[in-house]
Amino acid sequence: MKRFRRHGNELYRERIKQDLFQFNKTVEHGFPHQPSALAYSPVLQLMAIGSRSGAFKIYGAPEVEIMGLHKENAAVTQIHFLPEQGQLVTLLDDNSLHLWKLKKNSDGLSILREESHFDLRGQPGAPPSVTTITVVLPHSSDVLFLGTEGGCVFVVEQPLFREQEERAITHEAVLQNVPDEYRSRRSLGSVEALQENPRTPHQIVVGYSRGLVILWDLKANQATHHFLGDQQLESVAWQRDGRMIISSHSDGSFCQWPVSNDRLPQPLEKAVPYGPYPCKAIPKIIWLATKQRTPFILFKGGMPRASYGDRHCVSVLHGSKQIAFDFTSRVIDFFVVDEGGSESDCDDPSALLVLAEEELVAIDLKTPSWPVIQSPYLIPLHCSAITCSHHVSNIPIKLWERIIAAGTKQTTHYSSKPWPVDGGYSSAPEPLQRDLLLTGHEDGTIRFWDASGVCLKPLYKLSTVSVFVTDADHNDNLNQSTEDEWPPLRKVGCFDPYSDDPRLGIQKIHLCKYSGHLAVAGTAGQVLIMELNDEAVDQTVACTLVDILQDQDTFKWKGHGRLNPHEDLVQFAAGFQPFALVQCQPPAVVTSLALHSEWKLVTFGTSHGFGLYDYQQKRTVMVRCTLHPSDQLALEGPLSRVKSIKKSLRQSFRRIRGTRASARKRPVPGSNAAKIQEANARMDREALNEMELAPVQRRIEARSADDSFTGFVRSLYFADSFVRDGSYHEPSLWAGTNGGTVFAYSIHVPPVERRMEEAVTTAQAKEIQLMHRAPVVGIFILDGRGVLLPEPLEAAHDLSKSPDMHGNHMLLVISEEQFKLFTLPKVTTKTKLKLTAIEGSRVRKVSVANFSSRRAEDYSENGLLVLTNLGDIQVISLPTLKNQVRYECIRKEDVSGIASCVFTKSGQGFYLISPSEFERFSVSSKWVVEPRCVIDIEEGLGTRTSQQRIPQDGPVTQPNSREVVQSRQNYKLSRQTSVGSEGDETKAVEIMEHALLNDERVLLEIQSTLESESASTDRLSFGHLNRNSKNVAGVQPQDQRMINGD
Amino acid sequence: MSRSYGKPGSLRVFDMVAVEVKSKFGAEFRRFSLCRYKPGKFDDFYNLILHTHNISNMDVLIGYADVHGDLLPINNNDNFGKAISVANPLLRIFVQRKEEVDYDLFGTDSLTRKKKPLGGLRTDTLRKRVHLSISIPQDFRPVSSIIDVDILPETHRRVRLYKHGCEKPLGFYIRDGTSVRVTAHGLEKVPGIFISRLVPGGLAESTGLLAVNDEVLEVNGIEVMGKTLDQVTDMMIANSHNLIITVKPVNQRNNVIRSSRMSGSSGHSNDSTNSHHSISSAHVMQNYNPEDESDEEADIIIDGTEDPQSIPFKSLSSSFTTSRTNNGNLYQKIQKELTFNDSIKESKGNIFKTLTAIKAEARHSLALSRGGIEEDGTVITL
Repeated sequence: MKRFRRHGNELYRERIKQDLFQFNKTVEHGFPHQPSALAYSPVLQLMAIGSRSGAFKIYGAPEVEIMGLHKENAAVTQIHFLPEQGQLVTLLDDNSLHLWKLKKNSDGLSILREESHFDLRGQPGAPPSVTTITVVLPHSSDVLFLGTEGGCVFVVEQPLFREQEERAITHEAVLQNVPDEYRSRRSLGSVEALQENPRTPHQIVVGYSRGLVILWDLKANQATHHFLGDQQLESVAWQRDGRMIISSHSDGSFCQWPVSNDRLPQPLEKAVPYGPYPCKAIPKIIWLATKQRTPFILFKGGMPRASYGDRHCVSVLHGSKQIAFDFTSRVIDFFVVDEGGSESDCDDPSALLVLAEEELVAIDLKTPSWPVIQSPYLIPLHCSAITCSHHVSNIPIKLWERIIAAGTKQTTHYSSKPWPVDGGYSSAPEPLQRDLLLTGHEDGTIRFWDASGVCLKPLYKLSTVSVFVTDADHNDNLNQSTEDEWPPLRKVGCFDPYSDDPRLGIQKIHLCKYSGHLAVAGTAGQVLIMELNDEAVDQTVACTLVDILQDQDTFKWKGHGRLNPHEDLVQFAAGFQPFALVQCQPPAVVTSLALHSEWKLVTFGTSHGFGLYDYQQKRTVMVRCTLHPSDQLALEGPLSRVKSIKKSLRQSFRRIRGTRASARKRPVPGSNAAKIQEANARMDREALNEMELAPVQRRIEARSADDSFTGFVRSLYFADSFVRDGSYHEPSLWAGTNGGTVFAYSIHVPPVERRMEEAVTTAQAKEIQLMHRAPVVGIFILDGRGVLLPEPLEAAHDLSKSPDMHGNHMLLVISEEQFKLFTLPKVTTKTKLKLTAIEGSRVRKVSVANFSSRRAEDYSENGLLVLTNLGDIQVISLPTLKNQVRYECIRKEDVSGIASCVFTKSGQGFYLISPSEFERFSVSSKWVVEPRCVIDIEEGLGTRTSQQRIPQDGPVTQPNSREVVQSRQNYKLSRQTSVGSEGDETKAVEIMEHALLNDERVLLEIQSTLESESASTDRLSFGHLNRNSKNVAGVQPQDQRMINGD
Repeated sequence: MSRSYGKPGSLRVFDMVAVEVKSKFGAEFRRFSLCRYKPGKFDDFYNLILHTHNISNMDVLIGYADVHGDLLPINNNDNFGKAISVANPLLRIFVQRKEEVDYDLFGTDSLTRKKKPLGGLRTDTLRKRVHLSISIPQDFRPVSSIIDVDILPETHRRVRLYKHGCEKPLGFYIRDGTSVRVTAHGLEKVPGIFISRLVPGGLAESTGLLAVNDEVLEVNGIEVMGKTLDQVTDMMIANSHNLIITVKPVNQRNNVIRSSRMSGSSGHSNDSTNSHHSISSAHVMQNYNPEDESDEEADIIIDGTEDPQSIPFKSLSSSFTTSRTNNGNLYQKIQKELTFNDSIKESKGNIFKTLTAIKAEARHSLALSRGGIEEDGTVITL
């Protein structure tokens, strides 16, 4: 009976869990990693961006995004929307063609589905170049023209991908009417351009790389015109009226040719826009007519080779006006959005969109100054490398509006025009709450993002650089180009991977959403306390130096020096303005930070200790050195990689020597040579032996007090609790170190009326040494009901959240290895959960989240959201410390992804899947932000009408969203009978990351970029050098061997 | 230190004169108490035990459980006094008939086991006669043991390494490797974890129970199959205070010999030869209780409040011993001297020395704030 009931309870519990937890990766924020192709459909007003990982994504109006992923792990080199259809053709770099269709699923959500794929096959024995596709032209008559490297144009019927051999455009046919002297001079080369005449579709222009351009008549199946170019051809474009073509060449020139009755026309005009010195090639050119008769000519590249050959430019020529838009990363492709419509005589371009490797820039061509249009999505998150992130849920409307207002003042230089790509629309309900994601960057800036919905919208950018004296101060005016400079370069885009001073890097952020107080800590031990101000001011920043070592001057800091703050007035724009600066001495990277806006205290920790600062009185309250006296490594500053580099160099030399020795196979007669060879061989063997003796092995040793970096402060926490006495609660500060020590201080905060006169004092209340000595990654205090104590001022703003202050508070200490709940004030263990001892995984990130049931409106549970070093997400119940669910989230080799993960209070999270993209996930079944969009395709587009997914966000409480829930519930049923569309949906949702992860090469690259970007900080923030390096074992086995073998 | 101990109401253990004794003989328990400060002589205690258990006609050996859960013998005044002094709060006594005594529990050396009857242990004659005796008995404690032999296949060996109370490093390395398993489809190569290296002088090497290329099958009862090298490393480190690893020894020849109760293993530790068949149940329970005993007690709380806090002696000393000390005997010294301090109030200078040692040690291991202990800080434990 009893057992039976318990069983029932478990079932009940399982059901509750299902209502509470559900894991979804929903959407990517940011800019796709390594884009490789761009396409635009003027009819659908959608653009598609393909990436080297084999994924492509369709974007329309904000929050409209759909993804497709090729099964093949190959880069997408070209994407073409089929005219007048909701279909696309993609070309991969494995030379395969894929036809994709926008389909609508049962929920009205649309997805991309691969319909068919096609490999072009030539005659048996033909060289591969014959079938290597260089250009694809989707013709309006439902055929595809495929230009190849061999110079032949194949015709493929759509959508079945059936080759029409009789229609192929062969060399022989092309060369029939070419003058003899031209024919004998050269072969045709590969097909470089295929364009359909905008007026007479049966005419297509075919351009060959050796310079010949022909006009091919599809009806007659023969070449009608021959344009005898004598330069390497790069691209060809039609003029709107079909009376002229324009060709661009590898010497940086372009040529206009008339299309008339003359079958062998001469060029009308030939120009080298950036001559007369040698110029780089113009790989793409377009010609656009306007009502004013002055055409727009847009082209990529063509810069003077010697002085500007390294620039990535797209030039716009309009009459006498010419600007070369200068990008910081390679330009992939560009297109122009025009307002002309298909019937009009002119294109009337309104915006130019340029896809560069690291960002997408839209330029407004209607406004005379050609300003940039601010993009609502595809923002490069990594314009300077992200060094940390901080999420604040449920921002009060007042603070939200003030941040937006401050942000608006920063974006005045943008065009007022709306975003030009606006296909589809979002049916998503307004998000119920406002969430803010703050990212700290290497260049000392903090970006504020609206993370409430599917689009991560930039709100405001804060720079801490102006507080300090930097080298960049004086030479910043170089970019201001004067009018008559040639070429007329204009810098656009915000991707700027170069940091003036790595010490400016932001490491920790803490924002109090009620008071608007913000604390920001950086690489050189600087802690800035800021306050939101709607007006610009000139003010000095109160600077305090804090000696963390507290006169233990036997040590010498060998790391970077501290930053030099401005001593005089500094002008700060409206927004967050720093008023106090604390600089740690030694200026080690700040590893932990907490701010209490009610007590006006801020605490910060480095690898040497922690301090408490009173920002009301601008005075240091307390400093505690946690350094172990013998811990030289921590003292010396950021770890140098010199040692390991030396070692790896040695090893690789050894290997080189080995290969050389073995390559020298023939024994050379003569005693000396033989001896040398023998010696070489012996050395070889030794090296080999050494390698074998030092396999990837791990030392098994208990952690000890003598380990390095035990004093490293990992977590800091303010709480109003029963620290010393069970009868009264008082402010307290808790600090946890890498060596498993927790320090507790009781703080005396004077009453408000005497806050300025009386000093804040502290007294040490507790010191807990965890036996297992694992790093303390989280400290929380739960109130009498087992609920986390509220944030400062939270109770004052929301009375329902006031904590239970009737004693029985519990201290939750989370180390990398286990969770432990202690009683307070007398610290005795109540409950614990061992993670590492059982599973072998360690806690990387932990946060308290509230999980609401999707069924019962008022039911919710608190839980710990935990990310382990294996990339698992786990939920652990509070205060019972029982493991609830576990999901695999991040690949365990993806160290940077794990390091970048940040949780929200509602059970969602973000992590970087590439330097430029956040993946959003949700563990809560109620709070899911996922794309849900609708694209209405006009009837005229035929039967292939499809709908696209439009992002939908917000909690699943709106009627619209409830359908989703419903459909999810039905999912199991429907899957039994037929493959439900839900399956496709989930697939579509996850693919971008899958694409990245499938691609080992990309992964390695991401890894290496991130590694090098934040090498020192990463190491520091994860403490143990050898533990950290362990994680990259899969990626860098070589390093492993060196660190661990001895 | 004595100041805080002497404060009224600090802790029942230290202020109560009586030491609670729980004596076990076979399945029977007897409870009685002794005066902490005047424990008396060993012979009296021996007779008392015989009397309380009603076994006056028997020759028995008396042992007690020390702070680490190790069974140590009581056979002279010295170790009897120490047993009383470390009782916290309970002194657990195990009485065994001399015929049934399992000497391995005491970790004495093999000579005595083979040759000496119980009497030798009990009296001091042993020490005089056997010059091979290494040290006083309380210095003996197991460093390793083979456990669960009855439930494991013969080819496997479950080894427990006693890290606590030992300043030796665990001292071994593990690596990835391939192992061959017999499956339904025949022999199959599967990835496995192997011991790759033993550090000379380390605990692992000194036990002689582990060898290079032994395959690791379990860590504290959890299979390592399917886990990565890093995971297994983390698991071992997380369990390092009471590490139990199940291995498949690369050298399978010793298995047979062991089961025939002959001493024949590598022999660095005499313990390894035949401890597997004779661990008393009480002892097994004590030692094989990784969860609650060893590390739970070990978290150290230093309370900085004005209120005097209790100081469980046990944890203080255990924490000191777990932190690596150069003086292996410091622990015992502290024990002894503090006992004397409290009871007989002698050798002031000695105490001072000890206290200084404690302070130095404590600061070293716990990174106490200056004057953490000597001012108002006291140490309590969980």
